[in-house]
Amino acid sequence: MMAIWLTEQSKVIVQGMTGSEGTKHTRRMLAAGTKIVGGVNARKAGTVHEGLPVFGTVAEAIAETGADVSVVFVPPAHTKSAVVEAIDAEIPLCVVITEGVPIHDTAEFWARAVAGGGKTRIIGPNCPGIASPGRSNAGIIPADITSPGRIGLVSKSGTLTYQLMYELRDVGFSTAVGIGGDPVIGTTHIDCLAAFQEDPETEAIVMIGEIGGDAEERAAAYIERHVTKPVVAYVAGFTAPEGKTMGHAGAIVSGSSGTAQAKKEALEKVGVRVGKTPSETALLMREVMRGR
Amino acid sequence: MDLFEHQAKELFAEYGIPVPTGKIAYTPEEARTIAAEFPGRVVVKAQVKTGGRGKAGGVKVADDASDAFGRATGILGMDIKGHTVHKVLIEEASAIAEEYYFSFLLDRANRTFLAICSAAGGVDIEEVAATTPEKVAKVAIDPLAGVDRSRAREIAEQGGLPAAALDGAADLIEKLWAVFVDEDATLVEVNPLILTQDGRVIALDGKVTLDENAAFRQVEHEAYQDKAAEDPLEARAKEKDLNYVKLDGSVGIIGNGAGLVMSTLDVVAYAGESFGGVRPANFLDIGGGASAEVMANGLEIVLSDESVKSVFVNVFGGITSCDAVANGIVSAFRLLAERGEQVTRPLVVRLDGNNATLGRQILADAGLSGVEQVDTMDDAARRAAELAAVGA
Repeated sequence: MMAIWLTEQSKVIVQGMTGSEGTKHTRRMLAAGTKIVGGVNARKAGTVHEGLPVFGTVAEAIAETGADVSVVFVPPAHTKSAVVEAIDAEIPLCVVITEGVPIHDTAEFWARAVAGGGKTRIIGPNCPGIASPGRSNAGIIPADITSPGRIGLVSKSGTLTYQLMYELRDVGFSTAVGIGGDPVIGTTHIDCLAAFQEDPETEAIVMIGEIGGDAEERAAAYIERHVTKPVVAYVAGFTAPEGKTMGHAGAIVSGSSGTAQAKKEALEKVGVRVGKTPSETALLMREVMRGR
Repeated sequence: MDLFEHQAKELFAEYGIPVPTGKIAYTPEEARTIAAEFPGRVVVKAQVKTGGRGKAGGVKVADDASDAFGRATGILGMDIKGHTVHKVLIEEASAIAEEYYFSFLLDRANRTFLAICSAAGGVDIEEVAATTPEKVAKVAIDPLAGVDRSRAREIAEQGGLPAAALDGAADLIEKLWAVFVDEDATLVEVNPLILTQDGRVIALDGKVTLDENAAFRQVEHEAYQDKAAEDPLEARAKEKDLNYVKLDGSVGIIGNGAGLVMSTLDVVAYAGESFGGVRPANFLDIGGGASAEVMANGLEIVLSDESVKSVFVNVFGGITSCDAVANGIVSAFRLLAERGEQVTRPLVVRLDGNNATLGRQILADAGLSGVEQVDTMDDAARRAAELAAVGA
């Protein structure tokens, strides 16, 4: 069985597990079948929380449990040091849920991950995480809205991810990745497209974008050259006014750049079908999957 | 958050970056008084957070105090690309020998920072980069290594700055990097950076964008907030911790999650095309929880916008399931009634996701007046647009 980056084999630790969000979502992840092997909190090392051991550092947690995924719920002021700790411990996947991380902090831990040879894949920050339905769930994506299947999904937006996963719940998903709505993020649309292209279990890809930056345009260029699996897309923010941040820190049209129209055109130009609404996008994907 | 030019320059001065001496005037009289303090000519500069001031006539040289009075009279109150000029910067005129361009900014695509430097300054740098890219140096900056004096000098050299300007420019660039990092900026731009006739390098203009995510460690940045220019509804929403953006249509929007709300605006505008161009009135993201109090606060803000003719509540029940959301809406109506507020405009509610059936039942049983339920986002958007068209 395949999926991208997260499977039933994944051993997950939670940084910030003892906080209120960390506790709530640790319970939910466990209920979704995630193999959580512990938490990290320097001040509560040696204690047990939600029936799980709490370690002082990520390195200790890895040494004791063989953890290969970390989910970060640490508040913005301490997110950078938590992620740097995970990078230095060379954990293969670090999922940063926290919203409101300063851009300089993200740029710094990203630079650190690159300088360290890219041993740690970072997803987020300001993201809902990654879910491989029926297998494992690292983050806050509601596990019970969909089912396992053969669609791969990559999205900047959490609730739009849930909306599409729910609308296509009978078809099902291999893996859904919420890459986050910040201006600087670890894993990109392109990283996910490449992984889904390689994943034998994924047959088609839904890509959700939104205003700001040019990640969707670059993804379109990548699709043209490297992706042979069908891609259906949705872009949010056609009505967003120039210069206003729409909820996500990275969702802003600056001058004439970052518009939804430009992203839609770039995707359509390389043969990607773009839905006018989330429901129409789901219908387009249904058509793709019906032929398989 | 963008700063006004004068705020950017005040910040530059704190870091020892040379800027012209100047003061802010809110009236022509103040402009005259300030201009009289300078021995020579002054420049009267409109303070607006948009580019192209010069072309719009918002920057004028004045020969003396009475001339400054006249220039300020013309500029104050001017509309530049939708921004009203409420204040002008009165600055000593500089003897310009040459004009350059410099900025540090966030490079989203490469997830790092970028220095942009060019000897062709004082004009639209994007145009220079498009027509003569060889004149614009774009240098990637490693956030871990930063920019010291020698790196700053290298950047200035790559930008093609002449030998006479290199020392001054290197000093200024190193200090601008300190501003960029220490103030959690995502942009510091100086255009033009000038070489004066007596050989000094000065920041003649300044543009700074600050990262609002860093507000927790940049407490003094709150003073930069331009409360006067803020939309009154946006200001009220901010006080209540609501993520609200005022738009110009007539369908009030409440939803959960930034992406879903953005999408809701689009779907409403799309549906509104069939009703004479009905558009969304706002963006409002109430987040994942959708508790009764947050919902009540949201409804209050949206309904206090008089151009709102109908409201579309679009919630996807994920972590918070639809029954909890429905109970939240019912309690929100009770809370509003307690506050003496009446929901006088029609509400279209679409609940989907976990426990949708139960949630819809709770809402139907509550029998709230003016509330209609529609099961899908597209149909609900259409109904809300239709109601707004009828109510208009």
